[in-house]
Amino acid sequence: MLLLGIDIAFLIEKVILISVILMGSLGIAMYSTWAERKVAAVMQDRIGPARAGWFGLLQPLADGIKLFMKEEIIPDRSTRFLFIMGPCLAMLTACMTSAVVPWGPDYVTASGHVISLQVADINIGILFVFGVVSLGVYGVMLGGWASNNKFSLLSSIRAASQAISYELAMGISLIALLMMTGSLSLREIVAQQHGFWDGHWFTWYFFKQPLGFLIFLVCAFAELNRAPFDLPECDSELNMGYHQEYSSMKLGFYLFSEYINMFISSAIIATLFWGGYNFPFMDKVAAGVHPLLFTLICVMALMTKIVCLILFFMFVRWTLPRFRYDQLMNLGWKGLIPLALINMLITAIAILWIFKS
Amino acid sequence: MEKLTNRSVQINRDPMTLGEKIYIPAIAKGLSITLSHIFKKKATTSYPEEKRPFSPVYRGLHILNRDEDGRERCTACGLCALACPAEAITMEAAERKPGEEHLYREEKYAAKYEINMLRCIFCGYCEEACPKDAVYLTETLMPSNYTRESFIYKKEDLLIPEHKKQDHK
Amino acid sequence: MGIYEILFWLLTIMAISSALGVILSRNPISSVLFLIVTFFSISGHYILLNAQFLAVVNVIVYAGAIMVLFLFVIMLMNLNADVEPQKGRLLQLAGVIAGGILFLVVLAALKSATVLPLEKASSDIGLIKNLGRTLFTQFVLPFEVSSVLFLSAMIGAIVIGKKEDTNTIPLKGK
Repeated sequence: MLLLGIDIAFLIEKVILISVILMGSLGIAMYSTWAERKVAAVMQDRIGPARAGWFGLLQPLADGIKLFMKEEIIPDRSTRFLFIMGPCLAMLTACMTSAVVPWGPDYVTASGHVISLQVADINIGILFVFGVVSLGVYGVMLGGWASNNKFSLLSSIRAASQAISYELAMGISLIALLMMTGSLSLREIVAQQHGFWDGHWFTWYFFKQPLGFLIFLVCAFAELNRAPFDLPECDSELNMGYHQEYSSMKLGFYLFSEYINMFISSAIIATLFWGGYNFPFMDKVAAGVHPLLFTLICVMALMTKIVCLILFFMFVRWTLPRFRYDQLMNLGWKGLIPLALINMLITAIAILWIFKS
Repeated sequence: MEKLTNRSVQINRDPMTLGEKIYIPAIAKGLSITLSHIFKKKATTSYPEEKRPFSPVYRGLHILNRDEDGRERCTACGLCALACPAEAITMEAAERKPGEEHLYREEKYAAKYEINMLRCIFCGYCEEACPKDAVYLTETLMPSNYTRESFIYKKEDLLIPEHKKQDHK
Repeated sequence: MGIYEILFWLLTIMAISSALGVILSRNPISSVLFLIVTFFSISGHYILLNAQFLAVVNVIVYAGAIMVLFLFVIMLMNLNADVEPQKGRLLQLAGVIAGGILFLVVLAALKSATVLPLEKASSDIGLIKNLGRTLFTQFVLPFEVSSVLFLSAMIGAIVIGKKEDTNTIPLKGK
């Protein structure tokens, strides 16, 4: 069966995969809000949400219902279309990145049909991620500008300059990694990190690029607008920042997209540096169990890494105080970019040296 | 100069060393502090289910007391209102009619007795001032409510329910 | 009509209408936003031609970075339709002449160009591997020269942006 030259079975397979991934990332983002409160609570010697359901597990649902029920206010002097566009764009860009992450190894059915657990294996996967991330700033900028509020505008401009500044360091830190991988495809990069130990050294790129990982992680914090880089929404001086004028589910979209972004960027970090769905002794496991079970174990391995990274993001948020704006810019331009360049240089020299010998 | 407290610390304003400049040891230290707090005892009391023990002198919501025969003790002398620093208490006195002896202990009683709980600071001076042991502060917490009017407690809200009357019947 | 043609026409209509939006809208912010949409549809065309690298770089560099700076400036200057200065007749005439000449040049260029038929995914020339190989072998000199150009632009920006350090002036004599 063909629809406009595309196999319908293929279409259905991809649609199912996309819906599962979207539902999964929405669900994980939902429970990230719960986890964030719990993490914050246990670090401050509290117990956190405990009323809605067992251990407060229904809290995200309650929050969602609350946000839907709230009155929706669109400021009189705002630019209406862009005001509505802002949160939509934020959500859209948050969800789009998940398309190129390989969530698990290919599953080959008994009839020889290959089901890929990646929506699109484009050969420039990382660049796609960068493209979408660089668009993410529009949601914030348009929303902040369309609100017709000085504080919103100021903070959206802060957000944009922060995002642009840290994108540079992020890109340069990745170039060092890409010099080692020789490929931009995330699928290929994960395949290179197969297993855990290749006889000489760890296969995961964290052990080959520790400095690059560190820079990437710091930049990820900044790109996500999360503490200690949450200047766009610093509640004390910009009272909530770019989403000050937002209410109801439009506010919810902004808040929610941050959590989706956190999930996706954890997935990207896990894929690039922590071996993606690979885990130690995976060959022995693969030989011993049913292929479907093995695929599931791989997906679970990736999810475990992602959850650990999300918890780390939260852990840092509730520990470190916010940077001042000049400190942020100093760190980005004078600290991370030179460091990333040095890292790139070291990697290039090492590759040349190893290549020659 | 002599220090005001022995807890003050002189800030070190030396330029940061390299170890301090890369922040990572400081960040690790901070993270270890928050990590250690995960395992500490939680300070939260989940209120309705579990209650924090009150101190023996805890001052909560007021009650108006009755004597052994179930008669109101208050004689509307106004000393509590006078003692009240927040001016939360108002009352109107009335004279006891013949035949009401089983209701009021003295010849004079409070026809109206109101405490504005939004003004009240729960200092307990009314309790101290009362010559008839009529007003007491209990260990009850003040419940929340939606309107300002509902925080003005009338005499009916404050009087403790009558036990003796039910015994008579 | 296959999916490629449908996508091509969709993207073309999108590109042309949003490009018209750029010049026709009175509000500078919406002009910029239309320009972003234009970049996107052009990126879509790149993808149809199997030039994924170009498409993504177009999005990252133009839509993601340069347009953000444009928005920045316009938002901070708070330009409105009523603030826009009225242009004189002479200026309008000059604009018409300049635009007409440009149009003629483009027309002449298009007339001599041979129109290639739209082929779907026919060549891999736009893929990053081939692009890199071409850039670093055949066009290595222009590539490096342009990188030097960028470097000089960067240094120029730093020199202009650098604050005059007043404290060091008396020390210069020593």
